[in-house]
Amino acid sequence: MTDALTLARRRTGGRRRGAALRSVVSHLLLVAVALLFAAPLLYALGTSFKPPDEVFTRPPTLVGSELRLENYIDAFRFAPFGRYFFNSLVVAITGTAVVVAVSSLSAFAFARLRFRGRELLFVLFLGTLMVPQEVLIVPMYWLMQTLGWVDSYQALILPFAFTAFGTFLLRQFFLTVPAELVDSARVDGAGLFTIFFRIMLPLSRPALAVLSMFTFIAFWGSFLWPLIVIDTIDVKGTVPLGLTTFMAQQGTQWNLMMAAAMLAMLPSVLLVVLLQKNLVRGLLTTGFGGR
Amino acid sequence: MAIDTNAPSLRVGRRLRDDRRHALIFLGPSVLGLALFTLFPTVMALVMSLFNWPVFGNRTFLGLGNYARLLGDPIFRQVVLNTCLFVVLYVPLNMVVSLGLAAWVSPKIKGRSAFRILFFIPVMAPIVANAMVWRLMYQPSGLLDSVSQSVFGVATPSFLASSATAMLAIVAMSVWQGFGYNFLVFSTAIDQVPQEQLEAAAIDGASGIQRFRYVTLPMITPSLFFATTLTLITSFQVFAQPFLLTTGGPGNATQTLVLFVYNQGWRFLHMGLAAAAGWVLFVIIMGITAIQFLGQKRWVHYD
Repeated sequence: MTDALTLARRRTGGRRRGAALRSVVSHLLLVAVALLFAAPLLYALGTSFKPPDEVFTRPPTLVGSELRLENYIDAFRFAPFGRYFFNSLVVAITGTAVVVAVSSLSAFAFARLRFRGRELLFVLFLGTLMVPQEVLIVPMYWLMQTLGWVDSYQALILPFAFTAFGTFLLRQFFLTVPAELVDSARVDGAGLFTIFFRIMLPLSRPALAVLSMFTFIAFWGSFLWPLIVIDTIDVKGTVPLGLTTFMAQQGTQWNLMMAAAMLAMLPSVLLVVLLQKNLVRGLLTTGFGGR
Repeated sequence: MAIDTNAPSLRVGRRLRDDRRHALIFLGPSVLGLALFTLFPTVMALVMSLFNWPVFGNRTFLGLGNYARLLGDPIFRQVVLNTCLFVVLYVPLNMVVSLGLAAWVSPKIKGRSAFRILFFIPVMAPIVANAMVWRLMYQPSGLLDSVSQSVFGVATPSFLASSATAMLAIVAMSVWQGFGYNFLVFSTAIDQVPQEQLEAAAIDGASGIQRFRYVTLPMITPSLFFATTLTLITSFQVFAQPFLLTTGGPGNATQTLVLFVYNQGWRFLHMGLAAAAGWVLFVIIMGITAIQFLGQKRWVHYD
């Protein structure tokens, strides 16, 4: 009896110790996986501070003999990165404003207004999500030529600012705002615009923030369309285009290229850290998956 | 009395009229925008695909000539095969890595949100910046080569210059940058699995793998469906990785459908042919979406 008890106790103790050990091993292995995953980024970050002749060394080093902060200034000297960053900011900020304004208006109509054909129109909206950007670029370029918009800011901003993603996301959120709130405001004589601006938008701040951040990132990283529609890269080019031309022209200056690449990534890293818990909600707003 | 009974219906009638009038204003911008920048170009793409449509110069009607030319073009056939090869390699790898890691980084793991953030960084980063980082990795004497030389004393093959490895190198880079998305999708889904069911299975003697296979997996099938469909669709659209890492080379070994569209349209200025190739891509994507939705009844459980 006592023997059985101590045996059982010893066994659970052993099992617990085994579980603890397994947990430690699991954590250690995961840290190894994380390091392996982060290696390209860390290596690029290290390279961005190295002197040019230490980029390719054997064995590889993470940090060079000196920490050359000047690389970041030099990168701006070798290419008009100031211009690229300015253009990207203009395009991403204006584009985000348009997307948020347009999609919140239509989301309100789909969520809270009653009119004939609402469901059909919503299905049509969702249907446009099926059409891949790559099918649109050919006729879109022709449209830009026809409108005389080739090589302009509006060509970078408008063609892809009318997407049903934002409408879909915000409609879902607007539906969670109690209908009684809207109804009682209407009974009190408030107009629909008052309700939209004074009730809906303030209550939807979290959803609006997520939509804005993901839209900003989508504009910030956009590559194929700017590549097609922008001719004068040094005047109207965005950061991704600037990086590409830099790579083509100064292809051997890896330390400067990495400095530029790190700066291009900076807003994305900041937003991922800022968004954290809200990342999941944003997953639906953009077609980031599996690019 | 009469006024009292009629008042509510009058109010409702006025409200409906009010709704209808405002719907026009609220929906106007997005309806106009979607019509001009999505519907019209979609139809226009079909029209252009029926013409010999040079960027400059005269257009002539060809009927299905562009499509016939694509079918007969050995390069286009190779491009379709390349794209399929990418999809066949990329999608399963992405799924295995993201699902495996999502199961591994369970709620019991400390610092879980740090992993989520880390894996999500390349998803959000500009794809051009990611590609530059990986060009540095793949460079002769880059990180991969110099590690191999220092540890094993063997130089690696020139990943991007050999047709045997170029596609694999593109897939590896794509999985690295893309799996964080599905990782987050699966990780969130796994969080929703009731803890009691897992514990009950554990008491019944189910091993960790059995619990995952028979409890967790059936409960996250909606997320699996969402992730596979979206990943399949977007992987057929792969462009930036081959464009920036190999420019479709060596030869045409890594030229994909969208890269073909780009080359036809903006290097050779054959907009009609580019539009036709774009529509081929669209049809493939629609077909895959349809197959996914038809097949989902068999394995997706919504409850």
